[in-house]
Amino acid sequence: MSQWTNYSIVMINKVTTHLSPNEALIFERSQTGRAGFMLPALDVDELSLDEIIPREFQRDDDLAGMPEVTEVDVVRHFTRMSTWNYSIDQGMYPLGSCTMKYNSRLNEKVARIADFANLHPLASESESQGALEVIYELQQHLAEITGLPGVSLQPAAGAHGEMTGIMIIRAFIDARDGKEESANRRTMLIPDSAHGTNPASAHLSGFTVKTIKSTAEGLTDLDHLRELCAHGDVAGLMLTNPNTLGLFERNIQEICRIVHDAGGLVYMDGANMNALVGIARPGDMGVDVIHLNLHKTFSTPHGGGGPGSGPCCCTKGLEPFLPVPRIVSTASGSDRIFKLDYNYPQSIGRVKAFLGNYGMMLRALAYTLTHGYDGLREATETAVLNARYIAHGLLSDYDKPFNGDPMHEVVFTDKRQARKGVHTLDIAKRLIDYGFHPMTIYFPLIVSGAMLIEPTESVGRQELDQFIDAMRSIAKEAVEDPELVLNAPHSTRIGRLDEAAAARKPVLRWKASAAAHAS
Amino acid sequence: MANVPDNLHYSKDHEWVRVDGDTAVIGITDHAQDQLGDVVYVELPKAGEEFAANDSFGSVESVKAVSEIFTPVTGKVTETNDSLNDEPEKVNKDPYDEGWMIKMKMRNAGEVDSLLTAAEYEDFTKAESE
Repeated sequence: MSQWTNYSIVMINKVTTHLSPNEALIFERSQTGRAGFMLPALDVDELSLDEIIPREFQRDDDLAGMPEVTEVDVVRHFTRMSTWNYSIDQGMYPLGSCTMKYNSRLNEKVARIADFANLHPLASESESQGALEVIYELQQHLAEITGLPGVSLQPAAGAHGEMTGIMIIRAFIDARDGKEESANRRTMLIPDSAHGTNPASAHLSGFTVKTIKSTAEGLTDLDHLRELCAHGDVAGLMLTNPNTLGLFERNIQEICRIVHDAGGLVYMDGANMNALVGIARPGDMGVDVIHLNLHKTFSTPHGGGGPGSGPCCCTKGLEPFLPVPRIVSTASGSDRIFKLDYNYPQSIGRVKAFLGNYGMMLRALAYTLTHGYDGLREATETAVLNARYIAHGLLSDYDKPFNGDPMHEVVFTDKRQARKGVHTLDIAKRLIDYGFHPMTIYFPLIVSGAMLIEPTESVGRQELDQFIDAMRSIAKEAVEDPELVLNAPHSTRIGRLDEAAAARKPVLRWKASAAAHAS
Repeated sequence: MANVPDNLHYSKDHEWVRVDGDTAVIGITDHAQDQLGDVVYVELPKAGEEFAANDSFGSVESVKAVSEIFTPVTGKVTETNDSLNDEPEKVNKDPYDEGWMIKMKMRNAGEVDSLLTAAEYEDFTKAESE
C-alpha cells in the first residue's frame, strides 16, 4: 500500500498515529546555564543583597529545579501543546448538559472594547454609566427571556447561581414563616436525575435533600412528589427542565402547583435553557427562581477558565432577597441614570466581589442583541432539531432508554455494545479517534452506561452526519473488532490512561528525582 | 455472572450482610462493584456512630460516579475496614471478604430476615438489568 493510499484512509476515519512523540515537561527540557535573557556586564559597584533587602525578607527556599530554558524553548513547548487541544473552534463538542456552542468572534470583539475592558472596577457611578447600562440592559433581556423580573448578574457560574437561588428561597421562607417556624421547613426535593451540584447547593444552604424518583418515561414521578410534599417540611424543589435526560417535564405546571400548595418554592436549574429560549418561559410555568449559565446558553466562553456567569432570575415576590447591590435605573429616556442600590434590607447580601464577571455580560448582551427575538428562537429550534436528528440517526445502532422525543440533548446507553464487552467509556475513547470530543458519559446517574449527547445549534447537517457515521462505525467495530474499541484511542500521543490508578495513587507534583529515575 | 454467596443476606441497594452472632459485617456485592467500575475511594463512618436501617453510612467513589452506601440493619458501628483507604481496589477484587466495609452491633437481629436470600438477590439483579 502506498503512502498516499494510507493518507486517504486517514482522511476517511481520521485514525492516524502522530508523527511527533509525547512532549517532555518544561522541567525536563532544562539545561544548566540556559536563559531567556542576556544582561550587560556590571558597570557599577556590586552591592551585597543584604544591604538592600533585609535578611528576613529574602527568599531562602530552594529554587533548584526551576527550568533553565530559552525564550524559544518556552514558546515552542507551549505552542506545540496548545495544538493538541480539542476546542469548540475545531469542531463539534457534543458534551451533554454543557451546551458547548460556538462563541462568536463579534462577542469577543465587544468584550475587548477598551472603554469597557479598561474601566477600573472602583470607578465611580458617574464614570461607569455606560458599563452599568450594559448590566441593566442585560438584566431586562434575561427577565424577558425567563419571565422572571428580578435579576442579579453577580453569581460567578452555574453552581454559584444555584446556591444564590436556594439562599433566596431560604431567606424568603424565614421572612414568611418566622425563623422558628421555618426551621421545620428544611427539606429540599431533588429528582434522582439531577446535576450533582443541586444537592450540594441545598446542603450548603442548610437543607436536607430528599430524592424524587423518575418514572419509566424519564419524568418526575408526580405521585412520589405528592407523597414527599405531604409532611409540611418542604422548602422547595430543584428541577431541571428539560431534565438531564433531555426530556421536557410536560407536567411542570402541575409540579409547581403541588410544591406551592405544600408551602414550598420551585427553583429551576437553567443548565438546559438552550431548549427553551424564545419559546417557553420558566416564569410562565410557575417557577419562582432560576439560574442561567451565560457560558452555556448565551454563548460566552466555557471551560479553560471561562470564567462563567450564573445570573439568578426570580419572581417579584422574591426580588427583595436578591443579592445587593442591585443595578437600578432612575427616570427614563435620555435622562436615565444607573445606580448601585444597596437599600434592600431583606437581601441575602453580596455573593461576589464587584458586580460579577463583567466580560461575560458584554458577550451575552452582544449575543442576545445580534440574534434578536427571532434569532434566539431559531437557535433554540435548531438546537432541538439537531439533537433529534442525532437521536434518529443512532436509533438503529444504540439503545435509547426513553421513548420520548428529546429536546436539545439525547441520552443513549451501551446496552447493546456491552454484550460484547464494549462499554460507554470505550465508545467515548474511540470517538476521539474519529476527531470528535466525547459526549458526556455515565451521567445522568440513573441511566446505566449513559451517553448524553448535545450537539447545540452550532453544527450543520454535514457535521451531524459525520458524527452519526462515526458512532455507527464504532457500533460496527464493537461487534466485528471489539479490541479496536477497547484499546482506543489510537490517534492520540498518549493512549488509554489508567484512570483508576490516576485516582487511587495520584502523582500531583513533578519531582526531579522521579524523572531522573524514570529516564 | 456475578458471584452471590449463599451464606449472606442482601439488600435491594446491593449491600451484603454476614451475620456473626449479634454482629453484622457489611459490604457491597460483586454485582455492585461490577456496575460501579474501578473503585478509587471509600468513605466510611467512625466506630461508635449509630445508623438506622436504610441510612446512608458512607459512599463509594469509582471512576464513573460517587454512590451512597446504605446499611441494611440498625445498630452501632464497632469496626471499619481502614485498609480500604490505601487499597480501595479490594472492593473490586474481593467484595465479600477483604473488601468488607463496616461491622455493626445489631440492635434488632430480626431485621436480616427481611433481607433477600442469595437466590432472591440473583433474581432481583436479573430483573433490574432487563
